[in-house]
Amino acid sequence: MLNHNVFQKLAIILMGMLNRPSGRIGLLLVGVHILLAILSPLIVPFDFAVMDFNLVMTAPSGTHWFGADALGRDVLTRTMLGGRQALLVTCFSAIIAVFWGGLSGLFLGLVGGRIDDILMRIVDAFMSIPWILFLLLIVAVVGTGPMVLIPTFGFFYGIPVIRIARAATHDVVARDFITAARARGEKRLTILQKELFPNILDVLLVEGAMRWSWMLLAFSSLSFLGFGVTPPTPDWGLMISDSRSIMSIAPWTALAPVVALSSLIIGLNLCADSLAKALGVDRAQKVPV
Amino acid sequence: MVKMIYQRIFLGLLTLVLVSVIVFGVIETLPGDPCTAYLGRMAQGTRLENCRQEFGLDRPALTRYVDWATNILKGDFGISLKRKKPVFDVILPRLRNTALLGLSATMLGVPIAIFLGVISGLWRDRKLDLWVSTGAIFAMTVPEFVTATLMILFFSVWLDWLPGIVTTRPDAPIMEFLSGIILPVISLSLVMAAHILRMVRTTVIEVMTSDFIQMACLKGVPYWRMVFYHVLPSALLPTINLVAMTIAWLLGGVVVIEVVFNYPGLGRLMVNAVSDRDLTMVQSIALILAGIYVALNLFADLLVLVANPRLRTMRT
Repeated sequence: MLNHNVFQKLAIILMGMLNRPSGRIGLLLVGVHILLAILSPLIVPFDFAVMDFNLVMTAPSGTHWFGADALGRDVLTRTMLGGRQALLVTCFSAIIAVFWGGLSGLFLGLVGGRIDDILMRIVDAFMSIPWILFLLLIVAVVGTGPMVLIPTFGFFYGIPVIRIARAATHDVVARDFITAARARGEKRLTILQKELFPNILDVLLVEGAMRWSWMLLAFSSLSFLGFGVTPPTPDWGLMISDSRSIMSIAPWTALAPVVALSSLIIGLNLCADSLAKALGVDRAQKVPV
Repeated sequence: MVKMIYQRIFLGLLTLVLVSVIVFGVIETLPGDPCTAYLGRMAQGTRLENCRQEFGLDRPALTRYVDWATNILKGDFGISLKRKKPVFDVILPRLRNTALLGLSATMLGVPIAIFLGVISGLWRDRKLDLWVSTGAIFAMTVPEFVTATLMILFFSVWLDWLPGIVTTRPDAPIMEFLSGIILPVISLSLVMAAHILRMVRTTVIEVMTSDFIQMACLKGVPYWRMVFYHVLPSALLPTINLVAMTIAWLLGGVVVIEVVFNYPGLGRLMVNAVSDRDLTMVQSIALILAGIYVALNLFADLLVLVANPRLRTMRT
């Protein structure tokens, strides 16, 4: 019964997104990228790590569609593989962030009182430290790799979610249908499950989609700064960073990853936008924190 | 109202204290300390112990925190072992450069954003609005380093109009930064403008459909008079907070842009300090950036409090 409902709801959301041009473009872009991330190891034309010194900085040609980089590696291959790590890390971290942030926000919103006051001050304090600082620090000291990045991203990006979930809880608790459920004499747990949670879930879904795109931004910024993935692994941020020194000779080494990264982030944002509209959650008032 | 202002200031200070605890705590829990970073591979045995003793790192964490915090209150940020200089002397010129960058970007971005946001909110769903909104999504979503890289590619590699990287020394006089700062300012203000623009657009649309504007319409108030006297004051009020938050958020984006353009600011210093584990430096930069954030938000809140009659006359 529950499963049936979940699928039904998903179908409704999907239809709502597909009804808008922004949703269609966004889903298409994200879908292509996810598909590419899954299939790319099977279909890439060359090996991503093989360096051919005859090819160093050659222009795009029939065999190497996007040319080769400063070490003679095929740019197309590296671009196709470059999103895998980013998608993997940010997807899992977004889920973790929404999960822990959402639950804590719900809890704080319901409990209120002194605990809420104190913990919210700590949340404020965390939010006033630039997001990039802790990421840089932890990566610099503990090292890179998905096993470090996923919990780190998940934790720090969950903090703003607490705020959102708490505000949403406050918003819903004051509504009439909660009072009605109380008056009917429903159990607390039932109210929580059947009345409160479904209404907050919408907000959290939109939040998750947005966090995902901002995390991708942060992830690629990190790897651009050299704190993301370890070098032989292809990554867009790192590729763009590497291309900067040879930009005047071989601009194509920058263009392919730029297009790939931008299209994924724009796709994710369009998805989040249309998801928000389909669910009726206001999005334009948000600022990335 | 005075009580509210005091409350707000107190909360801001409390946040700063908490920030200092968090920053100290995080750095404390990560492995390594200033001495291991300073000594590098030689960090073992008596040499390490001597160094720790000399700089008081063998004392318990709580004592060191209290010491650090009281020194900062006196204006002493400590000494960077790695750079062999007082932290404050290194930070100050770079803070000035980052402030120059941020202020210029704000002065360029905010007016443009408000203008375009109001226009596209008033002419909702017309051709101009569609172009502006689409452009804003692009500017907002594409990472700063991508726009910056593309701009270097166009304006300094292909057209050769502007320098692609800044080679000025950190403590050079401001005038020497002027040519190098143009591209960083544009790429920074693009992102900021896009966020503010979207917010202004939605609030303008919201206000335009509200009852009191309908009332004004029905009364026959001329269109532009209505826009300037009725729509803008209530639509722009929430943007004060947003501008503060966006500027604060930019402090993160500034890091990337400064690295791209090799701009000698606080952000690049932070990345360098993290890379060579200059923890004293990292702590101080984090605290300063958080201080800017808190101060900006505080200022915005107070401004809203003063500007909004509903809050100003509220009794508490």
